[in-house]
Amino acid sequence: MKAIPAVALLLASLASHAETPQQIRQMYVAEATSQQAGFTPAAKRGDAFFRQRFAINDKMPACTSCHTDNPLNAGEHAVTGKTIKPLAVAANPNRLSDPAKVEKWFGRNCKEVVGRACTPAEKADFVTFLSEVR
Amino acid sequence: MKSLLFLALLGSAFPALADRLPMPANAPASFTTECSSCHIAYQPALLKAADWRKLMAGLSDHFGSDATVDQKTGQEIGAFLERHAGNASRLGNAGNPPRITQTSRFIRKHDEIPAKYWRDPRVKSAANCEACHPDAARGSYSEHDISIRELRE
Repeated sequence: MKAIPAVALLLASLASHAETPQQIRQMYVAEATSQQAGFTPAAKRGDAFFRQRFAINDKMPACTSCHTDNPLNAGEHAVTGKTIKPLAVAANPNRLSDPAKVEKWFGRNCKEVVGRACTPAEKADFVTFLSEVR
Repeated sequence: MKSLLFLALLGSAFPALADRLPMPANAPASFTTECSSCHIAYQPALLKAADWRKLMAGLSDHFGSDATVDQKTGQEIGAFLERHAGNASRLGNAGNPPRITQTSRFIRKHDEIPAKYWRDPRVKSAANCEACHPDAARGSYSEHDISIRELRE
């Protein structure tokens, strides 16, 4: 069963064309399902995760520290002040189009803000939220 | 008369030159995308080669952030930075980890800025060049373009 998400990830990374948010969501859903039978992603859980205060990092206690309370808005890096384009696909069509980029930022930001790696289920919920929020 | 005009032009051109740090035209795409996601892509001339090497070796804890890149990308970015690095004797010691804001060049250029401006919410951090130099990413650090009016003189 472990082979399915591995194959999905491999296919995603080999594809040279841009992915759609649905494909990226499906990739994480497949991975989550292999760990937890019957998993279905929920935008609502992704929304709650986005707002959760993890308080691991003084300068960035939550996703909202840099990305604001509204993923449709542009954010600002909490340390450097650099503008960050909106996370929501509705506001920024370039979001969730490159699986390697999505994985890279989950990797960095989960470690820094959540204090651990995010689970496939959390990632599936999060990308569902970002692709649906209006 | 012609030579006088030339001298006048030369004189007016030089101060501007000193505040221009154009990005080398051959910057690899990886440099632009990786190094400009959290801050502007700082021009390679802002640190000396040995300091860029140190910085690239410590990306897993890059001023508190994980900024690791894969090996191939790291080599590509590192080679570009070192090839176009700044003059070691003009920049001076940047500390460890190396900080552009600790080079003697940076300190000398900013020595008239009162401390309160560094804490100003519009500035946030000395790493935020664009707070005062709106065209910093394009290599313009001219005193005439300072966006905080009180500091323009």
